[in-house]
Amino acid sequence: MPDLLLELFCEEIPARMQAQAAENLRKLVTDALVERGLVYEGAKAFVTPRRLALAVHGLPAHQPDTHEERKGPRVGAPEAALQGFLKAAGLASIDEATIESDPKKGEFYVARIHKHGRPTPEVIAAIVPAIVRDFPWPKSMRWGAASASPGSLRWVRPLQSILCTFGPETEEPEVVRFDVDGIASGDVTRGHRFMSEGTIRVRRLDDWLTKLEAAKVVADRERRKDIILADAKDLALAQGLELVEDAGLLDEISGLVEWPVVLIGAFDESFLDVPDEVIRATIRANQKCFVLKDPKTGRLANRFVLVANLAASDGGTAIVAGNERVIRARLSDAKFFWETDQKTNATVPLEERLGKFANVTFHEKLGSQYERIQRIAALAKALAPAVGADPELAEQAALYAKSDLRTEVVGEFPEVQGLMGKYYARIEGLPEEIALAAEEHYKPQGPSDRVPTAPVSIAVALADKIDTLVGFWAIDEKPTGSKDPYALRRAALGVVRIVLENELRLNLRALLKELNLQLFPIELRAHVLYLIERISPVRSIVEEVALTKLLRDTDPNSPPAIFNDLYAFIADRLKVHLREQGARHDLVDAVFALPGQDDLLLIVRRVEALGRFLATEDGRNLLAGYKRAANILRIEEKKDGVAYDGGVDLGKLDQPEEVALADAIREADPRIEAALVAEDFEGAMAIMASLRAPVDAFFEQVTVNAADPELRANRLALLGDIRAITRRVADFDRIEG
Amino acid sequence: MIDPTLPPHMRPDRSFQGLILALQRFWADKGCVILQPYDMEVGAGTFHPATTLRALGPLPWKAAYVQPSRRPKDGRYGENPNRLQHYYQYQVILKPSPPDLQDLYLASLDAIGIDLKLHDVRFVEDDWESPTLGAWGLGWECWCDGMEVSQFTYFQQVAGFECAPVSGELTYGLERLAMYVQGVENVYDLNFNGREGAEKVTYGDVFLQAEQEYSRHNFEHADTAMLLEQFRMAESAAAKYLEAGWQDGSKTRHLMAQPAYDQCIKASHVFNLLDARGVISVTERQSYILRVRELAKACGAAWLATRAGGAPA
Repeated sequence: MPDLLLELFCEEIPARMQAQAAENLRKLVTDALVERGLVYEGAKAFVTPRRLALAVHGLPAHQPDTHEERKGPRVGAPEAALQGFLKAAGLASIDEATIESDPKKGEFYVARIHKHGRPTPEVIAAIVPAIVRDFPWPKSMRWGAASASPGSLRWVRPLQSILCTFGPETEEPEVVRFDVDGIASGDVTRGHRFMSEGTIRVRRLDDWLTKLEAAKVVADRERRKDIILADAKDLALAQGLELVEDAGLLDEISGLVEWPVVLIGAFDESFLDVPDEVIRATIRANQKCFVLKDPKTGRLANRFVLVANLAASDGGTAIVAGNERVIRARLSDAKFFWETDQKTNATVPLEERLGKFANVTFHEKLGSQYERIQRIAALAKALAPAVGADPELAEQAALYAKSDLRTEVVGEFPEVQGLMGKYYARIEGLPEEIALAAEEHYKPQGPSDRVPTAPVSIAVALADKIDTLVGFWAIDEKPTGSKDPYALRRAALGVVRIVLENELRLNLRALLKELNLQLFPIELRAHVLYLIERISPVRSIVEEVALTKLLRDTDPNSPPAIFNDLYAFIADRLKVHLREQGARHDLVDAVFALPGQDDLLLIVRRVEALGRFLATEDGRNLLAGYKRAANILRIEEKKDGVAYDGGVDLGKLDQPEEVALADAIREADPRIEAALVAEDFEGAMAIMASLRAPVDAFFEQVTVNAADPELRANRLALLGDIRAITRRVADFDRIEG
Repeated sequence: MIDPTLPPHMRPDRSFQGLILALQRFWADKGCVILQPYDMEVGAGTFHPATTLRALGPLPWKAAYVQPSRRPKDGRYGENPNRLQHYYQYQVILKPSPPDLQDLYLASLDAIGIDLKLHDVRFVEDDWESPTLGAWGLGWECWCDGMEVSQFTYFQQVAGFECAPVSGELTYGLERLAMYVQGVENVYDLNFNGREGAEKVTYGDVFLQAEQEYSRHNFEHADTAMLLEQFRMAESAAAKYLEAGWQDGSKTRHLMAQPAYDQCIKASHVFNLLDARGVISVTERQSYILRVRELAKACGAAWLATRAGGAPA
């Protein structure tokens, strides 16, 4: 079976686009082939800074032949109908059609269209130019003389040549001929920009790989990565050091070289006064080099690993020297920033430093960074008692936490925000709680990031996230679909995780009530108030969501335009979180369906207790009993048009099983209530378990639909009691099984 | 390879001016017109009308020149070995971008003594955008052993107009390149004239005092009231010249695109000075940039209605 080799050779492709481009090329070409009946055995894409290539293995030489039968008009139909049929079926005259007959329709024409599949190279030549022209680059450009005309070819950078061959392994493959805006396909390519000369004629994949390798190009991105990583580790080891691995950097570097040559350089030890993270950020961001760690101290060593694209004639001495000079200059800057910041902090009081934030817009509608800091500080102070933190300290920590945003180091390397705050706070001799909060209040940054545990850090972290959520909700900048530019999902998940992992008893509604309205821009205060006040203590989150949707569906512009789905949003993050932790989604739903669930920790405890209860035999049976009761009620309530909610007449109870059940419920109810008040969910479930036997006995011995209507109504009311009592712990309707 | 016939003081790896002359010669040899710096304060070589305006319209154009560039905010009172508020860019513009532009660029590096078998030259993604000029392009920063030595851009849009055809623009940071080829750590230590001993003139001899004086001026003393007024004046003058420049009511032919563009350059530099003085808030900043961009766009439109802008005779 023949193979296809396609290579698009161009000027340097941005590293960050390469992997996706390779995948896109593979998918676009193979999909187009399959769509045209050309099924293949395998395909692999390659990408280097200068080439995007695809090998498709095991293609047929031709498209399969196709047969189509097309029914036409009856014999003797008007001329116009016949002509239309001939045209549609592609026949020259009606003689080419056969006549068939059918008892209903009589005699009619049938065209049997037999199409020979086209040779595969023809198909390739037809599909590739269109794929090249419409290739989904994140950013593309025009170039050269052709760009004088509208609609000229766009590519990520100028496209220089195209190689395309097709043929079986054993024979000389043919060049698939086509032309894309004046670039004719051929069978030649080029090797490394500096370490090879002239063009290379290529036949097929193995040939391409071998010749490129000889011309100093490692076409396979994964192989380049392997080489870089292995060589970097070896070099580090030879110096008794350890490579600080960095997958993102490795990805990027592998896209900057066709022939990786890994070298090691050094910088002056005095730069190690600068925090490791800053050194690493400097060397990574600006120079795209790896840093090394001394395994004995765990700190960075004064060495770095660079990856050149050249096996230089002097063995790399000049390259290393050049990189060392640049890194020296960069580290001098970093050190200068680090020292300047310390001087500023020592001489300018915090309040004055914070004053500068008045000129920094946080968000056009949410005021300045200064106003935001004040809000966070006020909220952190208000929250502090609930999380066991000292209010004054929490306020101070919140004021300090964002102050590093104006420092030189963070201005240069935004990724070390928070961390610098911690270092600077320590240098300023501030309490350790403040230093930690500066770093930790940004946490958790994602589902796997660490959650702050120190009370002051918790207070500031929660205040920061809640202010963000409320603020963006108030200006109606909520996440939609995959768009979440302000990372509000992360903020909400952060709140959830901080509360749960620290086992904090925080009532969400109460938490929001701590917001100081006066600190919001005046035009937003009504919105924020609305957000807080519209919180209903009686509706469940599920109802809240439904109501929100209803309001929105009824009138998308209905004033006020903000709906209170902030709770639902946080609850939704909680659900996602619990599901990821392995909790059954139906149990989560069953608890969320209860009204007044606004304590995240209690929700989780209840879900857990419910899960354990349903895992017992009593639990399973009670659930079965409940479902039976609920089914009967559903049918009978519909029939009768009444809701059987309570009102059991104890005097009319007839059979001993009825009496026993009614007694059991009456006895259990206050005890369950008491257990719930005491937040003893296990206890509540255990009492619930005691209902299993009377429920089972009831269904075994008692006929609900008794002939006597009064008896029947009373028994249905008793079923209603079963339903009501289970609702105390969860909505059993939402539980599966 | 450096021209072996050059006397030592003219060698690009020993003399700052030698480096400039080598580039001038290289690009003159490739058919460029060698222009002199534009006689106004600009933030980058791109502002020179030989780039901004000539990049617009269909007519071919090849030019190269040195452009002193002023970045008031980058001043460091002469104390930083790498940062200057005034420095030289070497600018090449080729329209349409030739198919071998990368090779030409590499050959120019070779001509100033960067041996491509010895040094790691890389094209690293860097998309260029000038919000004030309403211009953007795709290209790279060119690295030599990890140091950015040039900017390589295929202009896609200038003054809000699509470039048709696209120009290729090369910008060499001359001080950086010179520091590299001379092996010097501090810009002020660069050998300017290639001489040794008593005859040697360094970059510091020429520019250190200026850096100190202008840093003081840019950050502390520049007269902001005057500058604010100058901005308004330049803006209104540009509008006036643009309006007066139309040959007739059909607005198909413009006769004063370049004088109007001078005012746009002026406004841009004044804005940079105001920015360095820290008197422009974040929100205002955006609006100043937009105002300059509007001028640049109008100048671009006027240019396209001139003969050199390709308007029919």
